[in-house]
Amino acid sequence: MAALTPISRKPLSLVLPTVAVAGAVAGMFVGASNGSVVLGMLGGAIAMAAVASVYITILKNEQYARWINIIGSGLLGFLFGGLLGGILGLLAGWFFAFFIYWMYEGRYRRKLLPYMTARQVFWHYAFRVICGAIFTFLITPILVVLPLSFNAQDFFTFTPEMLRLDPEGYSLKHYRDFFSNNEWQRSFKNSLIIAPIATVISVSLGTLAAIGLSQSHVPGRRLIMGVLISPMIVPLIISATGMFFFYSDIGRFLEGTLGMNKNFVGYVKVVLAHAVLGIPFVIITVTATLVGFDRSLTRAAANMGAGPVKTFFSIQMPLILPGVISGGLFAFITSFDEVVVILFVGSASQKTLPWQMFTGLREQISPTILAVATILVVFSIALLTTVELLRRRSERLRGLSPA
Amino acid sequence: MKLKNTLLMAAACVTAAGGAMAEEMTIVSWGGAYSKSQLKAYHEPYSAKSGVTILNDDSSAEAVAKLRAMNEAGNVTWDVVDVVASDAIRLCDEGLALEIDADTQLAAAPDGTSASEDFGDLLVSDCFIPQIVYSTTFGYRTDMVGDTPPTDICAVFDLDAYPGKRALEKRPINNVEWALLCDGVAKDDVYDVLETEEGQNRALAKLDTIKDSVVWWSAGADTPQLLADGEIVMGSTYNGRLFSVIEEQKQPVAMLWDAQVFDLDGWIIPAGLSEERQKRALDYIMFATDTQRLADQAKYISYGPARASSAPLVGQHAELGIEMAPHMPTDPNNAQNTFLYNYEFWADYRDDIDAKFQAWLAK
Repeated sequence: MAALTPISRKPLSLVLPTVAVAGAVAGMFVGASNGSVVLGMLGGAIAMAAVASVYITILKNEQYARWINIIGSGLLGFLFGGLLGGILGLLAGWFFAFFIYWMYEGRYRRKLLPYMTARQVFWHYAFRVICGAIFTFLITPILVVLPLSFNAQDFFTFTPEMLRLDPEGYSLKHYRDFFSNNEWQRSFKNSLIIAPIATVISVSLGTLAAIGLSQSHVPGRRLIMGVLISPMIVPLIISATGMFFFYSDIGRFLEGTLGMNKNFVGYVKVVLAHAVLGIPFVIITVTATLVGFDRSLTRAAANMGAGPVKTFFSIQMPLILPGVISGGLFAFITSFDEVVVILFVGSASQKTLPWQMFTGLREQISPTILAVATILVVFSIALLTTVELLRRRSERLRGLSPA
Repeated sequence: MKLKNTLLMAAACVTAAGGAMAEEMTIVSWGGAYSKSQLKAYHEPYSAKSGVTILNDDSSAEAVAKLRAMNEAGNVTWDVVDVVASDAIRLCDEGLALEIDADTQLAAAPDGTSASEDFGDLLVSDCFIPQIVYSTTFGYRTDMVGDTPPTDICAVFDLDAYPGKRALEKRPINNVEWALLCDGVAKDDVYDVLETEEGQNRALAKLDTIKDSVVWWSAGADTPQLLADGEIVMGSTYNGRLFSVIEEQKQPVAMLWDAQVFDLDGWIIPAGLSEERQKRALDYIMFATDTQRLADQAKYISYGPARASSAPLVGQHAELGIEMAPHMPTDPNNAQNTFLYNYEFWADYRDDIDAKFQAWLAK
């Protein structure tokens, strides 16, 4: 976007307090890692305001000021925090050099409409800062896990070696443990057996239910809908307790009366329980897609001699497929992440990955859990990206514009 | 069609996999390093000998609740369960555990001493087959206590000499006893004092003096993590966990054995198993609690074997190659001042004092 507004320099009375606030935020993080948040905030605010006033009133050269700031704060960081501190220092130095002159030269107004009031400008940026903060709070806990999973020690701790970026402090041993440990492998395999089968069941039943419930002539459809969605609303622990007794009886019947294999029955119980949990997600997403579905298409198909089954698979299914797929994804993730119901309904031979992670976390805080978490995060990102790419491809092929 | 075929095939695979493993038993334990020591010392040799596949379920922490629920649903999926002695007593009283006759159903010592004599006083319940003696004791950061490392349990209550956070278990057991000991009650009188209302208040008042500096833990892995982080100066946990922090993870931590509280951990067999499963469970117990097997477990974790005849057989750590005897809670050097956990007292007063303790915590 080209510059919209001619800019002018701003008075120090505006620049210095703003820079001081930014300095206080940065100082808060430094202070928190050194024991005193308040001192850090005060120090950061005063230091940044002082630096800014020196640059603006004495140095008066932006190029010099930028390099002095980057190198100076990089060196400070390196002296106090080693290599990692140095890198963070360089980044902070670059940011503050940019920020001081961005404020001072009034560049922040350049791309905004000329008639905006000071208040509007303030909220324009405050809104972005708040969004950025929300994003940070959502994503940081996940990012913290990634480096910790390469810890050379068996604790959830950033060791001094790790903070110095010393290769000694890092290792792949937790990944090796995951791939060589029987318990982890068995539970991983169980998750890979249970989740897809449960997903297939929830998707088929959920889609059928959604289509049926979208017909206006079904009696009591709101009530039926409510019952079908209830597993999502009822607290999981309550469903789980109920399921435990319910499936115990079913299991006894299958094993005792029909003489089926004990392990097989165990899997059937867990798969059914997980399918029940997944169905609401499928119903909701498919119902939402059905709202945009043109019913005259099914009538047209019937007019040309297609039976209801043929119509469903050739006309309706392709059009509501995105809803079905995203419902299926939710159902898959529900089963793959589920830890409460499996603890009640499953027995040791059906131990899934979340169960293993749960007991591992409680009994032994081992970074193998973090290694698994990292693998799962990467796996989910890959899964979502693939689905999104496929969706765009099919839209392109069908001549719809890529969203 | 395709979908149906896939489903059928998946089902067939599961059945086939299930059918192939003819004999299987589920053994419940605590997980972590402890389960690993049982795997090495008991499960692997037993599977090699008998061909039974052993499945681990790390659910001992909620064993009592789960066994009750399983029993009610008539669907007991566990074959052998590892529990602490007090849980075994409760399960036995409720009829959820099988009664064992030590002399006929457990192996005698190699020299012919009967099992009941070999285990001696440790057979605290008819259903309980003791496995290890463990202790709950304190570990401290050697780099955070200055030049005078603590030697006395009362260091925990001394905020002047040892400032900083300490980790205590989030339940009254052990904590109230330690509090009274450091409030000047003689060791033999602790449980007499605790029986009274004033005694209980006195213990809580003593704990109150350090309440602001306490981090409460509920899983055995918490204190080791907190010690490794340097978040706490000292913390109580099971001695085997501290051994692992000190010797395997090489953290700057040392043991404060003073006033360590001994407790027992062992096996029970759930009541109401089918005859075939019960026979297998008894066969496993017979094997896993013989003299050699109990001594073998000590190669992997620093808990003392429950049989008197196993003690001389305790050797070196399987991976580190260090002598294990000096790390046992029962070693004379470590056991200079020990505290005996009173099962009967806690069976009677647990609910009462628990409620009081929780109310105090929330204050």
